[in-house]
Amino acid sequence: MRRRDLAHLSDEALVALVSRSDESALAELYDRVGGIAYGLAYRILRDESLAEDAVQEAFLGLWRSAGSFIPERAKASTWILTLVHRRAVDLVRREQRRRTEPIENAPEPSEGSAEEAAWLRLERERVQAALAELPDQQREAIELAYYGGYSQAELAERLGQPLGTIKSRMFAGLARLRELLDDIDGTGAERTSWTFTS
Amino acid sequence: MDVHELTAGYALDALDPAERAHYEEHLSSCERCREELQGFWKVSSALAHAAGGPMPPASLRGRILEQARSERSNVIPLRRSRFAVPALSSLAAAAAVAAIGLGLWATSLSRDLDRAESERAVLGDPNARTFESANREARLVVTPSGDAALVVRTLPPAPAGKDYEIWIFEDGVARRAGLFERPGVTLLTRRIEPGQTVAVTLEADGGVDAPTGATLFTAASA
Repeated sequence: MRRRDLAHLSDEALVALVSRSDESALAELYDRVGGIAYGLAYRILRDESLAEDAVQEAFLGLWRSAGSFIPERAKASTWILTLVHRRAVDLVRREQRRRTEPIENAPEPSEGSAEEAAWLRLERERVQAALAELPDQQREAIELAYYGGYSQAELAERLGQPLGTIKSRMFAGLARLRELLDDIDGTGAERTSWTFTS
Repeated sequence: MDVHELTAGYALDALDPAERAHYEEHLSSCERCREELQGFWKVSSALAHAAGGPMPPASLRGRILEQARSERSNVIPLRRSRFAVPALSSLAAAAAVAAIGLGLWATSLSRDLDRAESERAVLGDPNARTFESANREARLVVTPSGDAALVVRTLPPAPAGKDYEIWIFEDGVARRAGLFERPGVTLLTRRIEPGQTVAVTLEADGGVDAPTGATLFTAASA
């Protein structure tokens, strides 16, 4: 294991190594993002086995296609989480097993350092605070879509609203969240440094 | 509705498959939407961090790494084989690009994840045989079970209103075997058997029942 050597690399540099079939870089990325990825997949799917499938498929997709990542467009962690989310949503729609209530008593992350656990808790609080600022209807549309896996058309039917109304709520809600999260941005600037090793 | 306004739904994965494809096509030509999407993706990433689910079982990490390792061992012999020259693996990679890039705007992410999976199964099969077209611009990769992928290296994109159509010929009878629009990897929709010939013609959008266009290239799976 060369984990110690990789610890100082950015996520994006790790993706560059993964594109060269570096397994230890894949392992390091999993250690950084896998917990959040699984938590997300589980929240959507509410099934351990399906959540594992979603995470596994996303990381193997990364393994196969890391060379296509364009670091100017997004952070590597965003890319991975987008893959996981897309997979989980596709699975939940196929399985017809939607659950929308928040997970009660979500356990605190037990792996990783205390600093990471603390950072994740702060991040969660930051996002929940921003969500709480939204008008109820916008928050509802975003939560049902992102955590529930509902499509816009399904939401329109479920909420008894015209499709255009749902689309407007999502757009307005996301735009507002973007402002709110920028205002209270604890994560700092995008990482732009690249480290190539052979 | 204005296609620009689908950006939020796209960032939340709240579009249905047809809308998703429509929007991704739009993205390839709309700088404004690409910029907006980058901002919305930051928000959805923040939502991901706040999902609050449990930690994964410890076994998941090992399973992912093991699977990754086994895939790599499948790929290497293909790259080194005499016929499946680097063009093949780079085309396969180009197809997989579609699978995941946030950078790839023109194709559907999840559809391509599925497709890339099938393509990988064919292109990564160490027992697959590769046949080169007469003009050397295309290769046909056929697994022992007859699953086949056509890998086209050089071909202009199909003109508007046209598609390239793949045919399997046997005893003078042509059967439809798939459509594509541009160079890359296309899975054949039928299995191929020894002695059959694969050909490609340019046909009307959506394909036709029997080939009408000139044969662009052929490969025999003798």
